[in-house]
Amino acid sequence: MEKIKCKNCNKEIDGETFLLNSRVCPYCNYHHTIGARDRLQITVDENSFVELGKNINSVDFLNFFDVKSYGTRLKEAKLKTGMNEAIIVGEAKIEGIGLAIGIMDFGFMGGSMGSVVGERIKILAGHSIEKNIPLVIFCTSGGARMQEGAVSLMQMAKTVSSINRVKENKILYISVITNPTSGGVSASFATLADIIIAEPDSLFCFAGPRVIEQTIKKSPPPDFGSAERNLKNGQVDMIVNRNYLKKVLANILRLFE
Amino acid sequence: MNFKKLTEIPKSYLKEILGALSKLEKLKKIPFFTGIHFRDAERDLTRKIDDYKKYEREAARVWKIVELSRNEKRPRTLDYINGIFESFVHLSGDRLTGDDKSIITGLGSVGGRTVAVIGHNKGRNIEERMIYNFGMSIPQGYRKSRRIMELADRFGFPIITFVDTPGAYPAIEAEDNGQAGAIAKSISTMFEVKVPVISIFIGEGGSGGALALAIGNEVAMLENSTYSVISPEGCAAILWKGPSGTRLASRSLRLTSRDLIKLKVIDKIISEPIGGAQNAPERMVKIVKKYIINVLDKYSRLSTEEIKIGRAKKFESMGFFDS
Repeated sequence: MEKIKCKNCNKEIDGETFLLNSRVCPYCNYHHTIGARDRLQITVDENSFVELGKNINSVDFLNFFDVKSYGTRLKEAKLKTGMNEAIIVGEAKIEGIGLAIGIMDFGFMGGSMGSVVGERIKILAGHSIEKNIPLVIFCTSGGARMQEGAVSLMQMAKTVSSINRVKENKILYISVITNPTSGGVSASFATLADIIIAEPDSLFCFAGPRVIEQTIKKSPPPDFGSAERNLKNGQVDMIVNRNYLKKVLANILRLFE
Repeated sequence: MNFKKLTEIPKSYLKEILGALSKLEKLKKIPFFTGIHFRDAERDLTRKIDDYKKYEREAARVWKIVELSRNEKRPRTLDYINGIFESFVHLSGDRLTGDDKSIITGLGSVGGRTVAVIGHNKGRNIEERMIYNFGMSIPQGYRKSRRIMELADRFGFPIITFVDTPGAYPAIEAEDNGQAGAIAKSISTMFEVKVPVISIFIGEGGSGGALALAIGNEVAMLENSTYSVISPEGCAAILWKGPSGTRLASRSLRLTSRDLIKLKVIDKIISEPIGGAQNAPERMVKIVKKYIINVLDKYSRLSTEEIKIGRAKKFESMGFFDS
C-alpha cells in the first residue's frame, strides 16, 4: 500500500497503518478528514445501520446561475464521495445500544446544508422521538448551501425546530464536532446538543478565520476556533480522540438508559 | 458559432465556455467524427452566452433593490419604534456579560396591546453607525433578545422584530463568546414562545444574524428589503473568485421580496411609497403600523398551542427536493 503524508507533521505514514488508525497520524495525532461512510463503519456496531430518507434528492429549484450549474456540482460531489448528499441518517447500535445517528460528509459540497440535509435531520429527529432512542449527530459543514438561496437558510430554522421537539420529549441529543464545523450548521443543530464533543483539530466557529481576517484586517490567532480554545471558552464539553469516540459515546448512552 | 458573442461576457464565465469549445474543436479533429456536425453542442453554447446576457439585465434590476435596501435614508428600527409604539420602555443587557447596542429591545403599546419589540439598528450617519456597530450583533445581543422574548412569553405579550443587519459581527471576541450557540439559541427560543411573533424585514436581511430574529408566525418584507443566505459580495468571492460576479450573485441568490414570497420563505410583502421607503419615511412607518395591528388582531383569535405549533409546522415544511 502506498505511503501517505501527514498534513500536519509531513511524516510519511504507511497507508494501512493510516487506515487502521482511522486516518489519525500515529506520529503527531493529527486527525485527518474522514468520509461519512468510513465514519459510520468505525462508530456503529457491524451491520446495525438502517438508513433513513435515502431516496430524497436535491434539485436545482432556483436554476441557480453560476459558472458551474448546481446540477453539475451535485453530480461531481456524488462521484467524488459515493454519497448522494452531505449527510447520511439512520438507526444503528453502539455497543448494543440503539440510537438515531446522522453523519455529515465534508467532501460533499463542503458539507453544506440544503433542503435534503434539513429534511433528513427532520426525519432523523422524528425517528428518535418515535422510537424513543437517543440522537447523535456528527457535524462537519462549511455552512448553508448558497445554491439553494434563502431556502437553505431556512434549514437552520427547520433543524432547530426538529431538535426542539427531541428535547421536549426528554430524549438525549449529543453532537460531535468534527473538522470543520462552521456557518449555518454551527449556528443551528450543532450547538443545541445536551452534550457537545469535539474531535481534536476540529475548527468550530460561526464565521471562519478568512471572514474574520477580511473584517479586522489581520489574521486571527493560530488556535482560533480550535477544539482546545473552544473547551477553554466553555463552548464544548470535552475533546475526544477519534479512536476512543465509540467507547465514550457508549459510556454516555449507558448513563441515560 | 458566432465568436463575436464571446467578447461580451466576463472572463470567469468565459473560461468555462472556452473550455467546452476547445473540447468540441478537439473532437472535430478526431477522424471518427469527420463529417459530423456539432450543431447541438454549438447551439447549447450559444444559448449559454444568451442566458448570461439575460441574467446580466436582470441582475442590474436586482442590484438596484440591494442598493435601496442599504439606503441610509430608509427608516430604521428606532424610527419604527418612535412612530408606532406608545409608552416605549428601552431595556438593555443580557444579564451575563454586557449590552449589545446593535439590537434594540423594549416594551411598548400598539392598538391597545402591550408588545415586546426587538430590532437591529444600523444608525444613519457614521457616528451612529459606530454606536450601533452597523447593525452587526454579538452574542450579548442575541442573549438580550432571548431574555426579552422569555419575558414576553411569560406575560403573553406578542413579539415584534425588525430585521436590518448585514449579518452577525465576525470578530474573535464574538466567536470566543459563543456566537454560533447564541444565534442557535435565539432561533430555538423563538420556536418555544407561545405568543405570536411578527418579523418585519425593513432593510438588509443578512444570513444567520437576520434569521436569529426572524422566526415569525408572520414574516413580512418591505418591498425593497432583502433576505439572503450570504451577501452578494460574499457569494461572488466564493463562486466567481472575485468581485466581478457581485451583481450576478445578487440575481442568483433570489434575495428579493418577490422571489421569497414565491419560495414561501416569507408570508407578506409590504408595499413601499413610490421610489422606496426613503422617499416618504413617515408614510412607510404608518403602513407598517397598520400591518402590525391587523396581524395582532388575527392572532388574538388563536390559542397559544395553535400559535406555537403553527410556527413550527411552517418552518419545518420549508425546502424543495425530489422524493
